[in-house]
Amino acid sequence: MIEFTVNGTSQRIEAPAEMPLLWVLRDRLGLTGTKYGCGVGQCGACTVHVNGMAVRSCLRPVGQLSGADITTIEGLGDAGAPHPVQAAWIDRQVAQCGYCQSGQIMQAVALLSVRPDPDDAEIDAAMTGNLCRCGTYPRIRAAVRDAAQRLQEA
Amino acid sequence: MSRLGTITRRGLVIGAVAVAGGVAFGAWSVRRPHANPLADGLAEGAATFNPWVRIDADAVTLVTPHSDLGQGARSMQALLIAEEMDLDWGGFRTEYGPPAPAYWNRALADEGAPFMAHDDGTLAEGTRAAMGAAIKLLGLQITGGSTSVPDSWVKLREAGAVARETLKRAAAAEARVHVRDVRTEAGAVILPDGTRRPYTALAARAARIDPVTDVTLRDPSAWRLIGQSLPRLDIPAKSTGAQTYGIDLSLPDMLHASVRTNPGRGPLEDFDAEAARAMPGVVDVVEVTNGVAVLAADTWTAMRAVHAIACRWGPAPYPAEQATHWQRVSDSFTDAALDKEWRHDGDVPGTLTAEAAITAEYRAPYVAHQPLEPLNATARVADGRVEVWAAHQIPRFVERIAAETAGVAPEAVTFHQQDAGGSFGHRLEFENIRLAVEIAAQAEGRPVKLTFTREEDFAQDFPRQISIGRARGTVGPEGIVAVDIEIASASASRSQMARAGQPLPGPDKQIPSGVWNQSYAIPHFRCRAYTVDGLAPTSSWRSVGASSAGFFWESVVDELLHAAGRDPLEARIAMCTVPHHRATLEAVAEMCDWAGPLGDGRGRGVAMIESFGVPCAQVVEVEASEAGLRIPRVWVALDVGRVVDPMTFENQVQGGVIWGLGHAMNSEITYAGGRAEQRNYDAAPAMRLHQAPEIAVRGLETAPEIRGAGEPPVPPAAPALANAIFAATGRRLREMPFSREIAFV
Repeated sequence: MIEFTVNGTSQRIEAPAEMPLLWVLRDRLGLTGTKYGCGVGQCGACTVHVNGMAVRSCLRPVGQLSGADITTIEGLGDAGAPHPVQAAWIDRQVAQCGYCQSGQIMQAVALLSVRPDPDDAEIDAAMTGNLCRCGTYPRIRAAVRDAAQRLQEA
Repeated sequence: MSRLGTITRRGLVIGAVAVAGGVAFGAWSVRRPHANPLADGLAEGAATFNPWVRIDADAVTLVTPHSDLGQGARSMQALLIAEEMDLDWGGFRTEYGPPAPAYWNRALADEGAPFMAHDDGTLAEGTRAAMGAAIKLLGLQITGGSTSVPDSWVKLREAGAVARETLKRAAAAEARVHVRDVRTEAGAVILPDGTRRPYTALAARAARIDPVTDVTLRDPSAWRLIGQSLPRLDIPAKSTGAQTYGIDLSLPDMLHASVRTNPGRGPLEDFDAEAARAMPGVVDVVEVTNGVAVLAADTWTAMRAVHAIACRWGPAPYPAEQATHWQRVSDSFTDAALDKEWRHDGDVPGTLTAEAAITAEYRAPYVAHQPLEPLNATARVADGRVEVWAAHQIPRFVERIAAETAGVAPEAVTFHQQDAGGSFGHRLEFENIRLAVEIAAQAEGRPVKLTFTREEDFAQDFPRQISIGRARGTVGPEGIVAVDIEIASASASRSQMARAGQPLPGPDKQIPSGVWNQSYAIPHFRCRAYTVDGLAPTSSWRSVGASSAGFFWESVVDELLHAAGRDPLEARIAMCTVPHHRATLEAVAEMCDWAGPLGDGRGRGVAMIESFGVPCAQVVEVEASEAGLRIPRVWVALDVGRVVDPMTFENQVQGGVIWGLGHAMNSEITYAGGRAEQRNYDAAPAMRLHQAPEIAVRGLETAPEIRGAGEPPVPPAAPALANAIFAATGRRLREMPFSREIAFV
């Protein structure tokens, strides 16, 4: 039995300790906004926040997360009340297939929480682990800059 | 057989049509419309006027049968209907609708016919018409070949106009006024006294009258939506985790499955699943064609257990080692392997003497598709019926293949189209469908969601064709005098169509795509294509043949212009004979302020290739840095006749450039021991964000026909990059991926 908090709600999960957080979120909790892309930390589609840090949930055994505070894309906001980073993603019309974008947004939120005004090199360094096969990178860069401004003005 | 008939039969994409008798269909059967699938089971009080519009008391529903693979097809289709129907943007629902012959693809013949895109002669037009008739008779519903916009452009606006006029008639009859005195606005008919009658309120009455079919499409000056950057319908959900893809499906009582099949596509000889069966959460281990699958309580358990099965695989039905693949391609420049001499202008043998010529050989490797959403499919086989949920580009073939797999009639199959997390041609194949049905047939009627591991997806990916180009050319003071280019390639189209049960008669037009249709004035030009048999199976990969042949062509053009001492961009503009092709070169020249060499370790390269009827020119800029070669900027111009939505267009084009650059830089599939050596993104990364350039896009609108933008931006990217690297470094790269020779940042 593992207890942690997901998007502000306490969860008690009966699962093998080595089961990755990704699959607990998707198959046990029905939080499918977090995506499986590679299973080996190469694509970033499964990025969530654990205690405020961006983490590849496909590599994080759930047994290590006792008491953790976990945020997924669903915990940021929704279409009616999007998080400022999500709002920037919507305004910049970033997504094509959209499959990587949950992870991209979670990565961007984590970056902006520690670097509120990142320069281009910092954006590249922070975001380059998140693969986008559709090639939305120019729009991702623009949306991160836009989001930084929104957060500073907020 | 007439000349028309012969050429049509040889060029046909659709093999079954040849069996049905080429072009000899009765005019009646061609003209007769397919049944409206929305009429089946239409609720009382609901109205449908054609296969794309259904209205009931609750909502206007627009049916958008082209699969949304990320290219924005749903929004584009809805936009065209809504334009003529006077719906506010977003004031409607959308759904895929059932797979149906009514959704046959009207634009497919334009690409399939063996004529140049700008050839509007009688023979070309007649052949396209005959092929279109064949595609209609087959009811071939397909998303691919950059055809969604051209297929939809007229028919969906007509569908909207028919709905609008029929609703006006219904409202006029109800209010006892003349139809000419009513108008439409924002999802309602406005009566002469100003009363708004929402379409939803008119559904029941409209259902009782015959649709008005004599409609006139609006003049472009009256468009409200076309040409505007509209917020894509799916983007809020895709930015908040609310969007669901096939992989996110959940059904009551559903089991999770994962699969391993022979990574060399041979048989499964033996397996030991004892360890897998002992794992907690494993429900069953079942055998499938050439492999094994695990049924489990969750995806992770299924994936872990299937990889714990010890399998003994039979040998691959193609060469075990990559070097042998290349050797086979290299050995295929022979008369026996000649697929077709596609073009011969002037007198190449009389002009090109061996001693005078510049010669070069270029190579394009196998490359995987690997959209980020792995292959998956959900199936239920129960009571003689099959249900399948998946994202697919050819939904009616899914029904047929699911039926064949389960041993039921196609009518016993129901297919539920899902949104796709990318495709790039990957979801034209059927392995996930076949396997999901095979597994579900062994699950005692329970639904099963099959999810491939990324490693299995790489292993089973049918890659882009492997290809070699050989060119000889001569130059004079004015530029290029003669070019003889030969391309030997695996035939991706033939390989793919065979798996779909549709043999491809005649030559494969994709092999020389981007070369035979080139538009430079070269007095002596010959293009010949050879097919290489006995290689690994291949499939359509975003932009197909032009992704390899286009690289060969625009590389040799660059080499020859350099030998002639000509400026690569000015010379291309000067020798381009098709005005709307030339315009794309002129546009990028202006956009990048082209002014010859840059110096200081920087260079610019240019390429212009027509594929899928769209000329696309690109200038790529590179610069050397301590960390490696950077690509700071790309300028791209393409002429699609009409840009439907500028923002979606720009996003698509930027993505196409990144697809073309990234794979040319960083990705290939190689075989060892009969298996693909690259099994995850670390080994085939394509482009990552830190390598991505800024990309300026210009859409031109002078071409005579409207065309799609999904694929045409891909082919010029690789040669423009190679030409830029030459300009910056003096190194001529003739083989992809370039990372074999160049360190990128």
